[in-house]
Amino acid sequence: MNRRTFLLAGAALAATTGSACSGSAGLEYWNLFGGGDGSRMTEMVGAIGTRLDAVTLAWGTPYYTKLAMAAAGGRAPDLAILHLSRMPGFAPLGLLDPFDGDLLAAHGLTSDRFPEAVWSRARHNGRTYAVPLDTHPLVLFYNTELCGKAGLLENGRLKPIRGPEQLLDAFGKAGLALAAARDVNPWRLFWTLYRQQNGEGPLDDAKALTALRLLAKVGATTRFTDNNAAVALFGSGQAGFFWNGEWELPTFQEQHMPFDVAPFPQVYERPAVHADSHAFVLPHQRNRDPQRTERTVAAIAELIENSLTWARGGHIPAYQPVATSPAYLKLLPQANYRSEAAEVELDPAVWFAGAASDLQSAAGATIGSVLGGTMSPEGALDALKATLVRLQNTPRPS
Amino acid sequence: MKRSGFWFVAPFLVLYVAFLIVPMVIGLGASVTDDGITGHARFVGAANYVELFGDPAVWSSLWHTLIFTVTSTPVIVLVGLGMALLANRMAPERWLYRLAFFAPYLLPVSVVVLIWNWLYQPGFGLINDALTRLGLHEVGWLSTDGMAMTSIVITTVWWTAGFGFLLYLAALQEIPRQLYEASALDGATPFQQLRRITLPLLSRTHQLVIVLQVLASLKVFDQIYLLSGQGGIPGVRSIVQYIYESGFTRFRIGYASAISYVFFALIAVVALVHFRLVKR
Repeated sequence: MNRRTFLLAGAALAATTGSACSGSAGLEYWNLFGGGDGSRMTEMVGAIGTRLDAVTLAWGTPYYTKLAMAAAGGRAPDLAILHLSRMPGFAPLGLLDPFDGDLLAAHGLTSDRFPEAVWSRARHNGRTYAVPLDTHPLVLFYNTELCGKAGLLENGRLKPIRGPEQLLDAFGKAGLALAAARDVNPWRLFWTLYRQQNGEGPLDDAKALTALRLLAKVGATTRFTDNNAAVALFGSGQAGFFWNGEWELPTFQEQHMPFDVAPFPQVYERPAVHADSHAFVLPHQRNRDPQRTERTVAAIAELIENSLTWARGGHIPAYQPVATSPAYLKLLPQANYRSEAAEVELDPAVWFAGAASDLQSAAGATIGSVLGGTMSPEGALDALKATLVRLQNTPRPS
Repeated sequence: MKRSGFWFVAPFLVLYVAFLIVPMVIGLGASVTDDGITGHARFVGAANYVELFGDPAVWSSLWHTLIFTVTSTPVIVLVGLGMALLANRMAPERWLYRLAFFAPYLLPVSVVVLIWNWLYQPGFGLINDALTRLGLHEVGWLSTDGMAMTSIVITTVWWTAGFGFLLYLAALQEIPRQLYEASALDGATPFQQLRRITLPLLSRTHQLVIVLQVLASLKVFDQIYLLSGQGGIPGVRSIVQYIYESGFTRFRIGYASAISYVFFALIAVVALVHFRLVKR
C-alpha cells in the first residue's frame, strides 16, 4: 500500500463512519414489543411513509430503566412507547416533553378521537404528554366445547355472568386456569373487583376485603400455577376458563382450539376492568429540533391510523376512527370485547404504580398467596396496606 | 524514588482516580442528598442512612448475599481444589482436563445463564426431563425461593470454580517433586502425602482463593439478576441488586449511594478481619 492509497482508504473510512454517525434521515423509535406484538409493530413501521429506526428493548423494568436514563441525559430517542400507567412516574420528573396541542390537532390527534378514560391519563398539568395506541384490558377466555357441556352457553356464546355466585358457579362447573404464582395478574384481578365496587384509592378496607374474599374462593376452584402452566392448561382443554389479558389471544388462535372471548364479568355494582394502554411519548431531549418533532408526530398519526394491524394481537385500538371502522367490527373475537374500552381502570395514578412497578410486583405476590390459599384475605389486606404505607412513605424521586 | 517510576504508573493512576476515587467521592456526597436522575439534589443529612436501617429490603437482601456467600464459597474452593488435584495427576490427558475445568470460567455471564436457564426449565429442561425419565419428580429449580438459591449456587460453582482451580494448579506445580519421592521411599501412602505435604504447602493459596472468593461472592449480582428473569425473585435478591434497583429503576441515586457505603463498610470489616488473621 503506498501513501496515496493509504490516504484514500483513510478518507473513505472517515466518510463512511461520518455519515453513519450523523445518522440517516430516520427517526429513532424505542419500544418494548417482543413476540407477535413485535412483528406486528415492525409491520406497521414498514407500512408508513415516515422512516423510523425502531429499537426493541426487553419488556418491563429494563426498558423503563433505559428510557428514563436516556431522557435524564437529554439525548433520548425521538419517539418511544410508554405504558400510560407509568406517566405519573415519568412526566412530573421532566423525563417527557409535552406535545404541542396544535401540532397534534393538525394531524387529527384530538381528544374526541380517543376514549376519555385513557386520554385523561395522557395529560399532566394541563398538557398532553402521550398519544394512546391501544387499551389492553383483562378479558375472560372460555373454551366453547367445555362451557357448552357445562350448560354455560347460549346461542354458542357465553351467558352473561353477573354477581359472585354465578361467577363461582361457572368456574366450578367448567374449571378455571389463571396466572396466580409469580405474576401481576392477581393484582389486576383485585383492582378490577375493587373498582367494580367503586373502591377509592388506598384503601377502603371493607371493599378490599370483599374482593379478596371472592378471590380466595376463586382460588379454591383452580390450581395454583404460573402463567405458562395456566396457558398450557387452558390451551390443552383442561380448563374451561382462562382469566388474563387479551394479549394472550394470539397464543390460543395459533393452537386452533375451540374458544371465544367475553368481556370481564360484572361482579359488583358497576362494570370496570383493569387495563393499561401503550402510548407514544416524546422522551425528553435537551435540544429538541422542531422539524424532527413535527415528523415524529406525523409518524405517530400514521402508526395509529394503521392500528388495525395492531388489533390483530388482541389490543383494542384507542383511535376511534379505527375502533369504530367496519373492518375492526368484523375482526373476531376482538370485537366481542371492545365494549371494555369504555370501562378500563388503569393502576392508581401514583408514581410507584403502573406496569412493572413496585406496587404491581408486591401486590401481585400478596394477592397471589390469597389465590393459592396460603394467606387469608384479612392477612393480605394488612400486607397490602403495609405495602401502600411503605411506598407512600418512600420519598418521591426527583 | 526515581521520577521515571511515576510516569510508568501515571496511566493507571489517571484511570484509577477518574473511575474509582472520583465516583467514590461523588457517591459519598450523593448519599447525603435526595439525588434522583434529573439532577435536582437537596441535602437531606443522614435521612438516607436512617431510612436504610429501617428498610426490610436492605436486611433481607444482605441476608441473601450472606447465605449465597457461605454456601457458594466452600463449594467453589473445594471443587477447585479437587479439580486441580485431579488435573495434576492425569499425566497424558492433562491438557484436556485443564481445558474442560477452566473453560466455563471463560464464558460471559449471559451465556452461562442462558445455558442454565434452559437446563432448569420445567417440563422440557434437560435436568427435569432426565428426572422424569428416571421416574422421579420434577424439581421447580427456579420457582421457589429456597430452590432458586440452590440453583444459583450450582450455576455459580460450575461457572467460577475454574478460577480457584487455576490458582491451585499453579501452586501444585510449585511443590518440589523430591518431597514426594523422599516420602514415598519412607513408605508414605498417597493419602498421607496429600495430608502432610500437599495441603500444608498449599496454605497460602487457600488463603488467597478463599479471600478472593468471599469478596467475589459478596458482590454477586449478574447471575442472580439474570436467572431471576422479569420481575425478579424477591427471595434471592442480593444487596448489590437492591442498590442497582434503588438507583436505576426507582431513580433514587442518593439512597442507593447510602446503601453502597454501608455495604462498603461491611466489606472493609471483612477485609480487616482477614488482615488480622493473616498477620497472626
